[in-house]
Order: sequence, then structure tokens, then C-alpha cells
Amino acid sequence: MRAQALATAFNTIVTREIRRFTRIWAQTLLPPAVTMTLYFIIFGNLIGARIGEMGGFDYMAFIVPGLIMMAVITNSYANVVSSFFSMKFQRSIEELLVSPVPNWVILAGYVCGGMARGLGIGLIVTLLSLAFTSLTIHSLPMMVVTVFLTSALFSLGGFINAMLATKFDDISIVPTFVLTPLTYLGGVFYSIDMLPEFWQGVSMVNPILYMVNGFRYGILGVSDVNPFVSLGMILVFIALLAFIALKMLARGKGIRH
Amino acid sequence: MTHALEIEGLIKTYGDGFEALKGIDLHVAEGDFFALLGPNGAGKSTTLGIVCSLVNKSAGKVQVFGNDIDTHLSDAKLNLGVVPQEFNFNQFEKVFDIVTTQAGYYGIPLKQASVSAEKYLKKLGLWEKRDTPARMLSGGMKRRLMIARALVHEPKLLILDEPTAGVDIELRRSMWAFLEEMNRQGTTIILTTHYLEEAEALCRNIAIIDHGRILKNTSKKDLLQELSVETFVLDTATPLASAPELAGFSTRIDGEGALEVDVQKGQGLNQVFVQLDKLDIKVVSMRTKANRLEELFIRMVEENASESKNSLEGVA
Repeated sequence: MRAQALATAFNTIVTREIRRFTRIWAQTLLPPAVTMTLYFIIFGNLIGARIGEMGGFDYMAFIVPGLIMMAVITNSYANVVSSFFSMKFQRSIEELLVSPVPNWVILAGYVCGGMARGLGIGLIVTLLSLAFTSLTIHSLPMMVVTVFLTSALFSLGGFINAMLATKFDDISIVPTFVLTPLTYLGGVFYSIDMLPEFWQGVSMVNPILYMVNGFRYGILGVSDVNPFVSLGMILVFIALLAFIALKMLARGKGIRH
Repeated sequence: MTHALEIEGLIKTYGDGFEALKGIDLHVAEGDFFALLGPNGAGKSTTLGIVCSLVNKSAGKVQVFGNDIDTHLSDAKLNLGVVPQEFNFNQFEKVFDIVTTQAGYYGIPLKQASVSAEKYLKKLGLWEKRDTPARMLSGGMKRRLMIARALVHEPKLLILDEPTAGVDIELRRSMWAFLEEMNRQGTTIILTTHYLEEAEALCRNIAIIDHGRILKNTSKKDLLQELSVETFVLDTATPLASAPELAGFSTRIDGEGALEVDVQKGQGLNQVFVQLDKLDIKVVSMRTKANRLEELFIRMVEENASESKNSLEGVA
């Protein structure tokens, strides 16, 4: 396929993905907005008022970057895993398989679709947070690059999960038993300085800790880890997951007999 | 001669060790209307699945208009349109979106895709349903939607896997007319079907596949000539109490009182009518007893099953 045809195919996949999650907005866009508003009220306002400062900022300002990142991570992942698995389940994935779209364009299309939802919800949560606190941005480039790369990484994760899944249960196992605990233990609600030394060490192997802190550094200018180490780690994970996803697509894992 | 499809030594062994294809060769000429016939599990869908990239082959070579699927897969796919056996579109998408999205996968911009989608949705009687979610369509409409989707990028080779399964007779006839029109305009068509009447009515060349092997690959005309006896059913103006004796022909009365006449290969029907005329028996209508192709198909598949059984016994 020529470059223009590849661009059309890519746009088609991304447009279809955006059309899908906006068509079912009550399932995709509304719930995270409601959940995050409750987090702001309960953790930020009611409990946060008793906690006082954390990392030199009031508790509400401290948790906002983590909550935005949590929304981006879960929604980027959820969009790709549910969309791609639904296509497998309905066999509409065959529409793509019989077409001349190269595997890397399929992957890029789905990842960008996941990013569109993840970042869209990130924006909604950011706007909601402004009703509770004022945000001053320490480093816009660091904030933007971190959130974009994190969204891409978890979209890739969702894609691989969907390739491996054979039933609907398989697409909820990772978000429930892996993503949620890692996110909650990834410094969204606290600084790891508060933990005993042993648990600080354990926390350092949680990749989500680096993403939350990289993003927090972009907004507040404070971080438990070096923000450039965070970016480096995200890039390494992206390269690794993209390689695995492309290998699986080439073999037709779960989509070709 | 240019071939729309060339298959050589195609083998497919599934993960559980089942050998679905045991080295088949198949050539379909450009412009042909070709049928691939076989009982359930014969290897029809596996063969077409490999051609369409839905199934990975174990060995062999497949070319679509000279494009090898191992080395020029993208070019091979550009020439292909596929109508699968089962519905495989997003049931929640609108009809128009399904067709234009498919065009997008082939690199066709939305403006151009919209023109093509309108053309085929109108031809297939679905234009009024363009804004309807696919799940709201009837079974026949869903089949036509898959045909429109397969044609939106104007492929040179259209592959249909059981295209009229579960479709009523009237709709089946209209789909036949549409496919014949597509073929007249130059599209090569390959179909698999359980309705042998369909293959006999539409196709010029036929291959019969069973247990992963091609049993026969020839023209429909040559295939039908292999039948040695054909039975005609004649309805007479007045019911006959017993079958008349016709020199050179075997006759009998069927359960509904019609006259059955066996005509050997090479015999003409004129002698039947001359003799009936002499006996003052007036014929008001005539039909063949069974679908000729069906008869031949069953015979071949039974012979193949018998040969397989004998060879297995020989091994034992």
C-alpha cells in the first residue's frame, strides 16, 4: 500500500475507535468522570482536610496528578482490550485480516484509539479537578510527554491482553488483579517517603510509580523518583510491548487458525 | 491464460494434528464462475480461508492474479473480495459505516468510498437501510450487506463461502442474478455452496473436494456428461394405470402417478415422445427427477469414502 493509502487505513481505524467509545459514552466517558469527582470530594476535600500537606502541597493538589494518571491508564487499557476482543468475538476482526492493512498500521490504529479515550478522559478529569483546586504547571513538556507515553504504553498492554484473551473473563483479570493494585500502590494517594524502607524498595519495582511521579513532576515539580528515569522506563516498556504485539499479530495469535 | 487463483500443493494441518488439506492443486481462470463443492468438513472453507489470509497454511503455494501470498500479500489482498459463511461485521455499526470502513482499510478515502458504498447498497437493495444498525437487518439483508462490503473496493476476484445459506428462494434467485451480472462485467467468482442446484445454474467450472483432496476439477459440461442415466418425470393429461412399454427405455409410475423414463447417455428424448404419441399418451409437462449434479456429487463422495475405507483396511 502507498503512504496515502496507509494513512487512510490508519485514519479509518482511529475514527472507528473514536466512534465506538463516543457512541457508548454512558459506559465509557461518564463513569470515570463520576468516580473521579467522588475521589476529589471524599479523599481530597473530606479526608484531605485532616491530612494536611504532602510533598509541600495540600493533599488535594498532591493527589490530582495521580488521579488524572489513574484515569488515563485504566481507560487507555480498557478501550483497546474491550474493542479488540469484541472484534475477535464478533469475528469482525476478519474485516481487517482480509484487507491489505499492514500489522503495524493495525497496531498503531488501535493504540491511537486507546490514547484518544485515555487522554480525552484525562482532560475531563483535569477540568473537573479545577473545581476543587488550582493547578500550576511546573513543566508542560514533561507533563505532556509523560501522559502521552503512558497512555500509549497501556493501550499496547490492552492490545496484548485482547490478543491472548479467549473469553470475556480474560479481559477483566489484568485490570482487576494487576492494574488496579499497582495503580493504588503506585503513589497516587501518598508519597513513598511515608513508607518504611523495605516497602519503599518494593514500590520501586512498580512501573506505575514512575509514571505517576513523572506526571506529578510535570505539574507540581515534585517527584519520588527521577522524572527522566521515569520517561526512560516508559520508552523501554513501549518498545518491548510493541515488539511482542507485532510478533503476535504476525503469527496470528488468537485471530488466525 | 491468466489465472485469478493458482493453488499448488496446499497443505493444512491444524494444531491438533488434523490434516484438513492434503496437498491440493487448483487453477481458476480469470473471468470464470467457479464452484468448490464438498460435504461438511471436506476442506472448502479452509482452502478459501488460506486464500483470504484467515487461516495460516502449513505448506504450498497460493497466487492471486500472479501475486504470491507469501511475497506479495498486500497486492494479492487488493484483488480479493470475501463474503464469509458467517456474519462477521460489528452488529452495532450502521450499514453505511460498515461498508465505508471496509473501503478505508483498502486505503480508499471516505469521499470515494461513499460513492462506491452507495452504488452497491443500491444494487443490493440496502440503500434505504443505510443508517440502520446491522443487528436490525434480516438474515437475507445481512448476507447482502456482506456482499456490498466485499465489493466496495472493486475486487477482481470475489470469493463467496455459502452465500445463500438460509436465504429464501426468491432472494436466492435475485442474488444469483446479481452475481451473474458481476461475472458478466468481468469479476471472477468462486463460490462454495451446499445447494448443488446453485452451482449447476451459475458455474462454468466445478471442483469437488472431499477429505482434503480434490476429487474432480473440470467444466460443468464435462462433469454432467459423466452421468450415464438421467431420469425424466413426465406428467400426463390423464393418469396412467400402469407404465407403458417403450422400446429402449425403462419406465415406471412414481408414487404420485407420473411416468418416469430412464434415458441412457446418448439416447435422444424424441423417441420417447414418438412412442408415447403412438400410444396416444399426452404429456403436459416434464422435469428431471433429481438434480443431476447432486446425483454425481453423491456418487463421487461415496466412491471416495469407499476407497478411503478400503485403503485403511489394506493398511490394517
